[in-house]
Amino acid sequence: MPPMSDPRMSDPHMSPIISVSGLSKTYASGFQALKTVDLDIRKGEIFALLGPNGAGKTTLISIICGLVNPSTGTVRADGHDIVTDYRAARATIGLVPQELTTDAFETVRATVAFSRGLFGKPKDPALVEQVLKDLSLWDKRDAQIRTLSGGMKRRVMIAKALAHEPRILFLDEPTAGVDVELRQDMWQLVRRLRENGVTIILTTHYIEEAEEMADRVGVISKGEIILVEDKVELMRKLGRKQLTLTLQAPLAELPSALSAFDLALAARGEELVYTYDTKAERTGITTLLQALGEAGIRFSDLRTSQSSLEDIFVSLVRDRS
Amino acid sequence: MKTLDASPPAINWPAIAAIYRFEMARTLRTPLQSVVSPVLSTSLYFVVFGAAIGSRMEAIDGVAYGAFIVPGLMMLTLLTQSIANASFAIYFPKFTGTIYELLSAPVAWWEVVIGYVGAAATKSVVLGLIILLTATFFVPLRIEHPGFMLLFLVLTAVTFSLFGFIVGIWADGFEKLQVIPLLVVTPLAFLGGSFYSIEMLPPLWRTVALFNPVVYLISGFRWSFFGIADVGVGVSLGMTLVFLALCIAAVAWIFRTGYRLKN
Repeated sequence: MPPMSDPRMSDPHMSPIISVSGLSKTYASGFQALKTVDLDIRKGEIFALLGPNGAGKTTLISIICGLVNPSTGTVRADGHDIVTDYRAARATIGLVPQELTTDAFETVRATVAFSRGLFGKPKDPALVEQVLKDLSLWDKRDAQIRTLSGGMKRRVMIAKALAHEPRILFLDEPTAGVDVELRQDMWQLVRRLRENGVTIILTTHYIEEAEEMADRVGVISKGEIILVEDKVELMRKLGRKQLTLTLQAPLAELPSALSAFDLALAARGEELVYTYDTKAERTGITTLLQALGEAGIRFSDLRTSQSSLEDIFVSLVRDRS
Repeated sequence: MKTLDASPPAINWPAIAAIYRFEMARTLRTPLQSVVSPVLSTSLYFVVFGAAIGSRMEAIDGVAYGAFIVPGLMMLTLLTQSIANASFAIYFPKFTGTIYELLSAPVAWWEVVIGYVGAAATKSVVLGLIILLTATFFVPLRIEHPGFMLLFLVLTAVTFSLFGFIVGIWADGFEKLQVIPLLVVTPLAFLGGSFYSIEMLPPLWRTVALFNPVVYLISGFRWSFFGIADVGVGVSLGMTLVFLALCIAAVAWIFRTGYRLKN
């Protein structure tokens, strides 16, 4: 991860590039997808919106991009209201939706050039060529989209979103059903775009993805943003892991020789649970195991576990109430 | 990829051009369906009604029957093709999901309509002229008011492409997409005097026929060829414009409310 050298990012008080306030959405079916959402996205950052399926991630993005009408509230993109000043607002935004939807019979180059025109930009074959090359699509430029693999189609959708040189890029579940190679390519591209000043908002339900890419993370659950935090800070909070040792002989109490470790007995003394920080410089596992050996405590099995995202949501929601 | 942001222009011409070109390219990819098939079916009408049956029929208002049906046949094709083209053009992106791009683009509703309806109407006008050309191989033709002929051709193509566009947005399945053209437009066109003058109907049915909007289109169009009409040409033109205005109002309402486009 490159250092955050861009001065625009270090000042959180400057005007946000996207400002969501009081946004709610209730669908005609009566389903309330968003309760009341307030969210500011800073210029030039990579913001990961994290949440389980059905949390409201796609609804939020769809409203900002103009696909869904909000029930209440306002959104400003680069200072432009997305309803009253939709032309200026939308011209700055590129969207890569979750579903693979493409014009099957169009060629790759034609569909990317179409997107550029749709967003009001004059023809620029050189730019289209560059976008296609950046996404390793140049060899397929004259192929009909229906002949491409799923991964290639996703590249086409990204190329379409980039064709009009957006300043804000939305990636909705960009790695769903994507192979490792494309995922790496995509993250490289995202970093390159960020270096050029593009603000990137991505949604995911994988915490690892947020961890790898984001500057800040927002957690959304049941239509509410329940937390927005710098990634480093969040990972420190969430990055705890537990090592469980199954003992050969149960212990009645912890030996005093082990009091320096964050240990607890479980399963009526048959298990020893060690909680450690995966982000710390030393996890302390080696010294713990040495200390156990010296104390003559033998174990028959061991396993580690990390809080799942679901656990984290549960604890976050509980902490709030 | 840095952008120097200028405020967007009042009209997004590149978007209109992109949609228009996209739609025209779609037609050119399917020439059999788009051009050959309507021309073939029209030729069959000429062979059957014009040559085989028409030779045994009297002239209507001094016009040979084969020639008399030319404006009606052109209108029939114009109506069905305009609706089919425009409804499919907007229904298909809805069906596949690619409409997301249209909804997220900085385009005004009327720009989208100009792109789609413009392309559909262009195809219909070209098709109408091809059929006219085909007709000259079967029957002798005269066009007394070529300017009005073109005016009716373009107005009808635009109006029914708009109507088709509305059908395409309204339809939430392929069946609904077919229902309006098959169950509404085809009967109206056949009963609207494509193959006869409504003067030939009994008085009661003549009155009923006047509630059929297609009567006015065909009557005005036939007048531009032969100078004969079932209803006054001014009335024909007026009714066409009224229907055009209704379609524009409906499309404006659809995009303002997001009906069947946005949840």
